[in-house]
Amino acid sequence: MQSVWTLLSWGPEGWLDEIASGVRVTILLALATLPLGLLAGFFVAIAKRSEEPMLRLAGSIYTTIFRGLPELLTLFVVFYGAQIGVQQVVRFFSPDAYVEINSFVAGMIALGVVFSSYASEVFLSAFKAIPQGQYEGGYSVGLSKGQTMRLVVLPQLIRVALPGLSNLWLILLKDTALVSAIGLSDILRQAGIAARVTKEAFLFFAVACLIYLVLAIISSFGIGAIERRFGHKEAAR
Amino acid sequence: MQINKRFALALSAAALALSIGAADAQEKMKLKIGTEGAYPPFNNLTSDGKLEGFDIDIARALCEEMNADCEFVTQDWDGIIPALQAGKFDAIIASMSITPERAEKVDFSNKYYNTPPAIAAPKDTDITGVTTEALAGKTIGVQGSTTHFNFSEATYTDSEIRAYPTAQEYQLDLANGRLDAVNDDIVVVSEWLATPEGECCKIVGTITPVEEIHGQGAGIAVRKGETELAEKFNAAIDAIRANGKYKAINEKYFDFDVYGG
Amino acid sequence: MSEVATVTTVEKPPAPPRPWTGERIAGAVLLGLWVLCGVGLAAYLLAAWNPELFEKYLPYYLSGLVVTLTLVGISIVLGALLSVPVAWMRLSKNRLVAGFAYGYVYFFRGTPLLAQTFLIYYGLGSFRPELQALGLWTFFREAWYCAILAFTLNTAAYQAEILRGAIASVPRGQWEAGSALGLSKLQTLWKIVLPQALIVALRPYGNEIILMIKGSAIVAIITVYDLMGETRRAYSRTFDFQTYIWAAMIYLTIVELLRNVVDWIERRITVHLKR
Repeated sequence: MQSVWTLLSWGPEGWLDEIASGVRVTILLALATLPLGLLAGFFVAIAKRSEEPMLRLAGSIYTTIFRGLPELLTLFVVFYGAQIGVQQVVRFFSPDAYVEINSFVAGMIALGVVFSSYASEVFLSAFKAIPQGQYEGGYSVGLSKGQTMRLVVLPQLIRVALPGLSNLWLILLKDTALVSAIGLSDILRQAGIAARVTKEAFLFFAVACLIYLVLAIISSFGIGAIERRFGHKEAAR
Repeated sequence: MQINKRFALALSAAALALSIGAADAQEKMKLKIGTEGAYPPFNNLTSDGKLEGFDIDIARALCEEMNADCEFVTQDWDGIIPALQAGKFDAIIASMSITPERAEKVDFSNKYYNTPPAIAAPKDTDITGVTTEALAGKTIGVQGSTTHFNFSEATYTDSEIRAYPTAQEYQLDLANGRLDAVNDDIVVVSEWLATPEGECCKIVGTITPVEEIHGQGAGIAVRKGETELAEKFNAAIDAIRANGKYKAINEKYFDFDVYGG
Repeated sequence: MSEVATVTTVEKPPAPPRPWTGERIAGAVLLGLWVLCGVGLAAYLLAAWNPELFEKYLPYYLSGLVVTLTLVGISIVLGALLSVPVAWMRLSKNRLVAGFAYGYVYFFRGTPLLAQTFLIYYGLGSFRPELQALGLWTFFREAWYCAILAFTLNTAAYQAEILRGAIASVPRGQWEAGSALGLSKLQTLWKIVLPQALIVALRPYGNEIILMIKGSAIVAIITVYDLMGETRRAYSRTFDFQTYIWAAMIYLTIVELLRNVVDWIERRITVHLKR
């Protein structure tokens, strides 16, 4: 039997390099999903507080669906369903064309829509925390609707939404584990392969758990720094 | 040395293409091959992340024969047919049995090997046969979405059937004692039994294949309607059977003929 | 002016035509897109409709649904029981006790449920001789119990935090008022603090149940035939994508039902808080 240190070493004998590449995939995926989810979530929130009922309804359907489906199922549907759908649409226009949604992009989209539907709720309640007077103040100093949103409301909004969003980030980090089921070599998949090949299941799954914990701890430090930077005044109140 | 070998290989491939005189002699066909990478000795990943096994070597030989540039894509077994349909790869070379159910969704080449299934159990087992009665009340592990799973569900109606994502997981659970028996291809089972981890267990018996369930052996799956590609694979299979490459690969992995009758 | 006077019945002026603002156009387009998706899905299901398939797999789906609900139900109840001591430890003044509870909560909230389930099922499974010596093997042998254990430990960590947060949200004055009235600490907790805390905790609890129902889909990977497991089984037989769509609709229905129930309960118990 190989020693634990050999199994966890770097190189052909050990599995550390494979797991490190998994860590890279997990982090890249989470980082790539974040801006997508934030942006989509913000627009969904705006749609849901619009005065236009059709827009509100469209937004509500979006959040209802993606908050209601298991993430694993969303992932499968995006990975297989969307690929087949897109392919058929493309074939309709030009029979030879081929568009590939690789598992990374599929994971990004699936996790992104889930993230955005939760983020829209966070933004929505943050919007409620901003008094109407802020908009009126913006308009009265001659700012346009977009300018008011960007210059007056958004900076306050981010501060209010930050705790909720950081929570979602931690959830996102954990949800990335599901992409192992569609063949993306993230931490859990690499650990699973190592566990199956070496029959040291406990060791490798424990290592995987520890890595997720470390990522969460690093994130907490990062979030703390951001909160201190942006949320100082709020905290002092 | 390595470079020289590759160069020679490319040269011989080019010569072959020229001699065939096909239209795409200049342009190498690009193919993506989907495989599972968790089914030793047919296809599995080594600790440095490389693919190896009988399927992989056969695939390389076929690609060489077809003058194609092949790239391997690993995909979990459960999703391997949808991924083919979705265009993530062009062919599946992963010990997939040619069954009527699957043939409704994909097209198959001719078989490239055919081996019978078997039942394995711990060495101190009280299971004496492979019949429904012999396994009544036992827990049987199989890989999900396989012919073996379908067979077990249909045949061992008095047993509890557990479906695992890959073969390695049921092996883990048989060794752990969570399972009383497992059902898989005899080659896969014997390969595992030959390793230190397989010391716990033995083969109880082989199962006579049922054609409606087990199909006609393992073939190469391509998307529905791409018969041209399937035909190319057929020609390549015949070619490597004839020129001895198949035999060499067969001998590298097994001491018997896996092509079957 | 005189004209108005001559009209006997005053008609309501027609509503001004609603302008096609950017928002309205966007709304119409997006809603149209959803309708298109819905129609497309319906058309697909209709085209792929196969009564034989439906009849054959309906019982499987139902049994899968029962497994999912049983698994989540048991885990949530056991988790609730376990969460009480954990929350109590978290609030303890003994730093060692509080630290231990904090570590527990942090571990189970900081790692993916899938990884925890693997760790318990495959990880502990490799310690068979030790577990057998302790007489625990019959428990760990079954994927079902392993799943319940993993889910219970996971949800207990989340529920402990919900409980702790809810109790902390009740102002100190309530405790002091309770002791001023001569109530014991336990009486104060039970009669004064908990009822108020539960109002705060209701929504998070509802969300936790929903998260568990969605999260439970992963047990299919460790051989439990829950709704997702049955879906995968049906799919592996038919290679028909509609099997996944069925599952999606079932999950969506349960989650929406639960959400509405929680909304309804919340409206009922917060009637006195409405202004």
